[in-house]
Amino acid sequence: MKRTMTCIECPQGCRLEIDADGTRLISVTGQKCKRGAAYARQEIEAPMRTLTTSVLTKGLELKMLPVRTSRPIPKEKLFEAMEAVKLLVVASPVKAGTVVAPNFLGLGADLVACRPLEKA
Amino acid sequence: MKDRQLVIVGGGPAGMAAALAARAAGVEDVLLLERDQHLGGILNQCIHPGFGLHHFKEELTGPEYADRFVRQVRSDAGIEVSLRSFAIKLTPDRHMSYLRPGAMEEVRAGAVVLATGCRERTREMIHIPGSRPSGVYPAGLAQKMVNIEGWIPGREAVIVGSGDIGLIMSRRMALEGVKVKAVIEIQKTSRGLVRNVVQCLEDFGIPLLFQHRISLIRGRDRVEAVDVVKVDDELKDIPGSGFSLPCDTVLVSVGLIPENELLEMAGAEIDPKSNTPVAKDINLTSVPGIFACGNACQVYDLADSVTRDSELAGSLAAAYLGGAGK
Repeated sequence: MKRTMTCIECPQGCRLEIDADGTRLISVTGQKCKRGAAYARQEIEAPMRTLTTSVLTKGLELKMLPVRTSRPIPKEKLFEAMEAVKLLVVASPVKAGTVVAPNFLGLGADLVACRPLEKA
Repeated sequence: MKDRQLVIVGGGPAGMAAALAARAAGVEDVLLLERDQHLGGILNQCIHPGFGLHHFKEELTGPEYADRFVRQVRSDAGIEVSLRSFAIKLTPDRHMSYLRPGAMEEVRAGAVVLATGCRERTREMIHIPGSRPSGVYPAGLAQKMVNIEGWIPGREAVIVGSGDIGLIMSRRMALEGVKVKAVIEIQKTSRGLVRNVVQCLEDFGIPLLFQHRISLIRGRDRVEAVDVVKVDDELKDIPGSGFSLPCDTVLVSVGLIPENELLEMAGAEIDPKSNTPVAKDINLTSVPGIFACGNACQVYDLADSVTRDSELAGSLAAAYLGGAGK
């Protein structure tokens, strides 16, 4: 089945022409770089998104610590991941890149800090 | 009054890039003023990814993008960072006064770079009629509340304006469990990046209503509903097209206004429509030795572009200082 899709890999937002049979990509055109084809394949097979949110802290200089998943996770797991994030509290100083929760939800991605935070 | 070579106002992406570029071009003494308790500016509340693809060739969140510059600035002994410091006065011959905790400082700057960013346009500026209940926020303020202060502003929201901040906040609120009823856009297209329409709205099933506007905000103490009406190509209401959306929160994302009060005080010419400096080229102002960069100079879509252009501002200031010293 033919359809169009917008690549979200970068701000250019290429409009992709997709031909797919269910979850199997047959062809993709319209991408300005090679990331477009990879995005289209992933999006047809199993959409993935990087989750960014913030985690409550205790005893640190800001109340919230921004965090991200170290790699994209299944789009359908975003809300489950948000529920799990709400149970976390970070109480030790961190740097950008410090792992806050390893192998988060068993998804193969770590939850990592996006900025340094010192003790209050 | 102390003499300083280069004074930069604003420690966001623009000010940090200008400071580093000026140092690279040989300026020995840089004073970087930041009114917040951290460097990074608005990047600190932009916790979503999408930064750094041009500058670092990888996708970073706002705080990560900021952190890379903060570490460079902090490790450079030629840059003095003064936090919680608020510039209150600038004269045409570059005498600057600023407040910091416990003191008012006065400096005489060889050159000045203003990297003061923007503030948000508000509900009042686009004349949304109705009552004045609580629950109406500029979207960037709501972003700060959610991402930095850790407060969720409501349970059911309507977003006005489909610029990037409105789109990003729609997703952020949806992730936090807020029911985002709709994004209302008076124009036929979004001003935001198309990738944000896809990943912020379509991913979460949030309707984007083009050629619609809010005709009334209802509610006495708290927002209770908004009335929405469809408009024609001349932006006139289409009779009979109105409907009401119950909600307790309205986020207004209707553009940014460069903050150029210091530049105005210094006697520079400012375009009253865009609030940007009038000058013959980017980063310049009509006052010699005073430069502007980042969102204070023109409103940018991408932080990476701010970095690129602000580096130029830093080298322009260095060249000015070099010339003035000879």
